[in-house]
Parts: sequence; structure tokens; C-alpha cells
Amino acid sequence: MYFFEDIAVGQRREVGSFTFTADLIKTFARQFDPQRFHLDEEEGRKSLFGGLAASGWHVGSVCMKLMVADGQRRAREAAALGKTIAVWGPSPGFRELRWIKPVLAGDTISFASEVETVRSSEKRPEWGIVQARNTGTNQRGDLVFSFLATAFVPRRNPGA
Amino acid sequence: MTLTFEDFPPGHFGTFGPRHVTREEILAFAAEFDPQPMHLDEAAASRSMLKGLSASGWHLCSIMMRMMVDGFAGRSASLGSPGVNEVRWLAPLRPGDDLMLDIDVVEARVSRSRPETGIVTLRSVARNAAGQALCEMVSPMIMARRAAGAAERAG
Repeated sequence: MYFFEDIAVGQRREVGSFTFTADLIKTFARQFDPQRFHLDEEEGRKSLFGGLAASGWHVGSVCMKLMVADGQRRAREAAALGKTIAVWGPSPGFRELRWIKPVLAGDTISFASEVETVRSSEKRPEWGIVQARNTGTNQRGDLVFSFLATAFVPRRNPGA
Repeated sequence: MTLTFEDFPPGHFGTFGPRHVTREEILAFAAEFDPQPMHLDEAAASRSMLKGLSASGWHLCSIMMRMMVDGFAGRSASLGSPGVNEVRWLAPLRPGDDLMLDIDVVEARVSRSRPETGIVTLRSVARNAAGQALCEMVSPMIMARRAAGAAERAG
């Protein structure tokens, strides 16, 4: 994982892709979002979504899953090179989350992250604050998902 | 009766819960969607900024969604949501917490592009048993309006 000093506005990273099968969509929905259009193909077809659609929270959670996996991959690469690994802190939240188009059963979504702002934390000098626009694009090239995430990122040289 | 746009006037809407959250479900969600040490490993979590094991923020949001479905959305004419204006994770969700969800309608307006529907913007605050706010979410939901004839009779 990168330290705050390694991060610049405009940096973009592809973090991976995920296929939302009907089974996965229904399993998530039964647990967290049991609305008819997330549980049943016919109900999905009759809805605004036009098909069995993944819960928006499923899409966001999968984005998180791929971002964490990508970070862990980078951490292993850094460790193999003998570099110090940056352990990112928690996120205080996000803004502007858009479920732009439905994610339907069988869709494969590719997620990416692009840095929009970087600033130091006034209250916590050992941390910086990074905002990134995380997006999901389906197999037809349509942007389907987007949000502006915020995270605490450790500084390599606190107070420098 | 199915709740429609007309049932969501601005103001306090309701309080839902409690929803007990177990350590097992926190670990299971984190293992699948957010396998960071602060959500999976007690020792690593105690060294983190959150000072102890806590649920993934996406897990908390997903539980809030479930509480909304159980509380009212499941018997509403909800047509889905275009997004979330803002989520603030204010304090960690801990194993064993009992969540309450407080919901206010901050705005309700008829859709310009689909006048048979309205957009209801909700502010949802999840609190633990001590009343501490853990997450605040502001999000729109698309709700069908009552049939035109029924609306006229009601009006």
C-alpha cells in the first residue's frame, strides 16, 4: 500500500472485476436488502431495473472487496521488495454515491479508483486524507456505479 | 396497506430496531467483503485507530438497509434508489451492539421526469444502545404515488 507521500491527484488504478451471478445477487439480498426486484427474476423484469438487479449495497461491498484485495496485493509486492508497508486507516465516510445503471444478473463490473484530492490531517499529523472517485463499469463499457470515498492514509515521515 | 409517496411528509418518520449484531456476522461480512485486520483480528484491531474490533462500514450500511426494508420499505411502493448523497461513519460498530435506526424525511418532491413517482430524501442515523450515533446516511428513495384518482379523492 502507498504512503500519503506517494499519492498524487489524478493517479488511477484498475482494481479488478467481478461477475454478479443470480445466486450471489439473491444471497446478498436475502440477508441485507430483501426487496422483490433483488430476489426474483420476474419481479426484476417488471421493475424499473428491467431484470434481476443487485442491491446497490452489494455493488458497493464488492467494490470494497476488490479495493482491499488490490491493496493487499500491493502490500505483498512492497514486502517482497523489502519496503515498509503502509497500513491505511479507517474511512470517515463517502459522498456522491450514484447507482447510475442497474447491475443485472450476469453482468461483469470492472472497478477503478482515481485520486481527486489529497490533504494533511490537522487533528492527526501522522495521517493524510485522500479522496478518490471509485467507479464501476459493465462489460458494455457503461459507467454503472460511482462514489467519492475518503480515507486516512499514513504519512511516511509524520511531521516532516 | 402499501406506503406510497404521500406517506412520507417531511419530518420525523420513525425509529426502528433493535437489531442485535454478533461478532460472528461481523467477521463473516469482513471475510467476504472487507478483510482488513481492523475488522477481522482482535490484536490488530486494538492497535488500529478504532481501538478494537469493529464492523466494516459497508456492513453497517447494509444492516441499515435491512432495517429500512424490515421497518417500512418492504411494505412500501419503493422503486429503488438512485444513490446516496452522503454517509458519515461516526463511531465503530462493535460486536454485541444493539442498533436502533432513526429516520427523518428531509425532502419529498414529485419527480419531474416520472410524475407518477416522487423522490423522498431520508436522513437515517444508526445508534448503539448507549445512544451514540455510529452512522449517518442521507439518501433518496423513489416512491410510487397513489393512483391519480385516489390522490384526488384524498386531496
